[in-house]
Amino acid sequence: MDIIRNIPMMTIILSLFSGSLCFVLKGKAARFYTIFYEVILLVACGFVLWYIVTTGEAVTYSMGEFPAPWGNEIRAGILEALLAVLFMIIMICSVLAGYRYIDTDLDESKVNLYYALLNLMTASLMAILWTNDLFSGYVFLEILTLTSCGSLIVREIGRTTLAAVRYMILNLLGSGLFLLGVTLLYDLTGHLLMVPMQETIAEMAQDPRLFMVLTISTGILTIGLSIKSGLFPFHFWMPDSYGWSTPTSASILSSLVSKAYIVLLIKVFYRAIGISVFERMPIKTILLVLGVIGMVVGSLEAMHANNINRMVAFSSAAQVGYIFMGIGLGGIAGYTAAFFHIMAHAVTKSMLFLTTPRLAEVSDNSLLFKKLQSSALRNKEAGFSFLIAALSMIGIPLFAGFSSKLQFALAGVESGSHVKLIVVILALGASSLLNAIYFIRTLIRIYSDPHQTVHKSNIRTHHSLGYIFPMFILGAMNLFLGLFSWVVIDLIEQGLKMFG
Amino acid sequence: MKLKEWKDRFFRWLDGEYDVMENIMDGSLEPDEGHEKRKHVIKEEHEKMKASGISQTVISMERKGFYQIYLAVAIVSCIALIGVLLYTVALLPQYGQENPRAVEVSDRYIEHGLEETGAVNIVAGMILDYRAFDTLGESHVLFAALLCVMILLKKDKKNMDTRFDDYHMILQDEYFDVSKDTVMREVGKVIVPCIFVFGIYILLNGQNGPGGGFSGGAVLGAGLIIFETAFGFELVDSVFTAKVSMLISFISLTFYSFAKGYVFFMGANHLHNHIPKGIPGAILSGGLILPLNIAVGLVVACTMFGFYSLFKRGSIGGV
Repeated sequence: MDIIRNIPMMTIILSLFSGSLCFVLKGKAARFYTIFYEVILLVACGFVLWYIVTTGEAVTYSMGEFPAPWGNEIRAGILEALLAVLFMIIMICSVLAGYRYIDTDLDESKVNLYYALLNLMTASLMAILWTNDLFSGYVFLEILTLTSCGSLIVREIGRTTLAAVRYMILNLLGSGLFLLGVTLLYDLTGHLLMVPMQETIAEMAQDPRLFMVLTISTGILTIGLSIKSGLFPFHFWMPDSYGWSTPTSASILSSLVSKAYIVLLIKVFYRAIGISVFERMPIKTILLVLGVIGMVVGSLEAMHANNINRMVAFSSAAQVGYIFMGIGLGGIAGYTAAFFHIMAHAVTKSMLFLTTPRLAEVSDNSLLFKKLQSSALRNKEAGFSFLIAALSMIGIPLFAGFSSKLQFALAGVESGSHVKLIVVILALGASSLLNAIYFIRTLIRIYSDPHQTVHKSNIRTHHSLGYIFPMFILGAMNLFLGLFSWVVIDLIEQGLKMFG
Repeated sequence: MKLKEWKDRFFRWLDGEYDVMENIMDGSLEPDEGHEKRKHVIKEEHEKMKASGISQTVISMERKGFYQIYLAVAIVSCIALIGVLLYTVALLPQYGQENPRAVEVSDRYIEHGLEETGAVNIVAGMILDYRAFDTLGESHVLFAALLCVMILLKKDKKNMDTRFDDYHMILQDEYFDVSKDTVMREVGKVIVPCIFVFGIYILLNGQNGPGGGFSGGAVLGAGLIIFETAFGFELVDSVFTAKVSMLISFISLTFYSFAKGYVFFMGANHLHNHIPKGIPGAILSGGLILPLNIAVGLVVACTMFGFYSLFKRGSIGGV
């Protein structure tokens, strides 16, 4: 079964090829092809996960005949394979639940270009997950930036163009800072592959002079990636970009793209810098503080939104804060919580972004809360999926959100510092309370009907399987992460051991 | 005063009398009169501003305080970043005093590059053989950029507005055609063949000297642009249609992906790679470097010409 070792490389090559193939296909053919090949990719990633779990060893694969320090390399461990499977599931669900909007939001002649962008995005997500090399990470990060920008502007309305311009400027700033950090690290260590770089850094970190340079370059790199993933105070591009783009883009950008940057950041900390060196740097504490502030500020801003998509987008900012809090806590428990939350949030947020347009559709195509009154009664399946996702966001037991909040609290206990524990518990409490306020308010609004406006005539009776099926998958995954969280947490802990 | 108000609100909220989100989420399906009124006022102000013709100035005058603070913060953070970076550079080890581990990779490239890749040009050997995965990504960055520009600028029903004064003229390509200049044509006749030959030379000699896919492709693309400016769209469109351009990009990128996929597969599994390395210095040398350079060059040329064409008339090859 050693052929499975080749699969990570093949997923990247196949996705790049699919990008250029969709460029020459017609719109509809491109959609069918995209779904077909994404299912293949999902199965392939599933095989990789199964192979690594059974053999218990990470797969290191050199890209070409030249071994580690000279040629490129990719590496697949449990964590990467698990995230790849999750990313593919969400990708498929987003395309399935959103293609109707892609057909209406986009001009007919540009639908195939959108799918080409999606496939390139998949390629870069896969490459960022598998890569074992800092510069490959940067190259595919660039592709990810460009393609996500393109997936915003496809709607061609003023607001998305404006949002895309802002998104691009901030993301390019982030890429630039990341490149600067990589350059400094390369100048210092002479390596771009993460493992030899870590060995060299471990030697150099003894020298206080060089440790200072290491801290500054890691800091610059961290700022770059946190701008791109939307950590407080760099989260203000989120509401416009997520709120007005076509639902598939919003779902993929919020649940996969911004998470991929965080995964790359953790990979840099773990594999390129070395976790023992990184723990000595002050960056960790800064990330903890910014994460905690982001959790509260994001939720407060979400309360002030008068548009449901903007509210969900601001809540994304808060959730990114959670993940950075996990990184800031550090230790196995902290990173486990961060990775678990990456998964839980990806599953939940994609569900919310794919649901809101369905609610708007039965409310005069308006996303304003005013118009959304009793919309869940008019479109029952959309209302129900919003209910599940909202309960998970608040952190009701049984759902994924609860398990991840529990993990954060445990990480706080295991951090061994009273101050950190108190800060984490208070932040979790405040953020959950605020989440509950605005999500329960929204639920009441969409489920209540004070003016008796719901009649048989305006209830949507046409059930589209293309929506129910992906929502069922996402909801089931949400419940699975909530009820059987130990399975996933066990896998994450095993994966973290291979990650370093 | 303010603090007291907040305190008061907080306790009323605890008692359940005050609702923080009163004005945000509440509301009925009946039209809100206040909202309409506010909308009207905003519209009037907008009209007034439009009529006075100094809208931009008015806005910046209003926000002058904000911009001053913004400018100050921007300058301070730039200076801080410059300072930090200068400080870091000063701390870096000096030339020749690096850690011995830090130069092992570049030493290997310089010492064994020729025999391992078969390319005289070490840079070409490095980007297309040792670190080919990065370059594979890099050529797709260009492709992604082309996709974005096409989405943004290609003429379609959504970004064309019948209210444009010259709507019907924009639809025709002749509207943008400026190739009526005799000087341009005569110079073009001399210069264009030279540029093409030079571009092909750079493209084919990437493995032996300075050059390669990206630079050769850029020269070829520039040649196409000059050709088009001198002789008009019609001549170029008769050969280089949208379909041809798309097919060239597709075939080159597919060839690139699969050729590299083959090399990765063979290399990682320690199988014998059937691609001959050739004699260093000859045109046919360096293994896959020459074909990959040609593929990259074609993509770059198509992309450059595509950008130009999209910016000029909103379509590639008249489609």
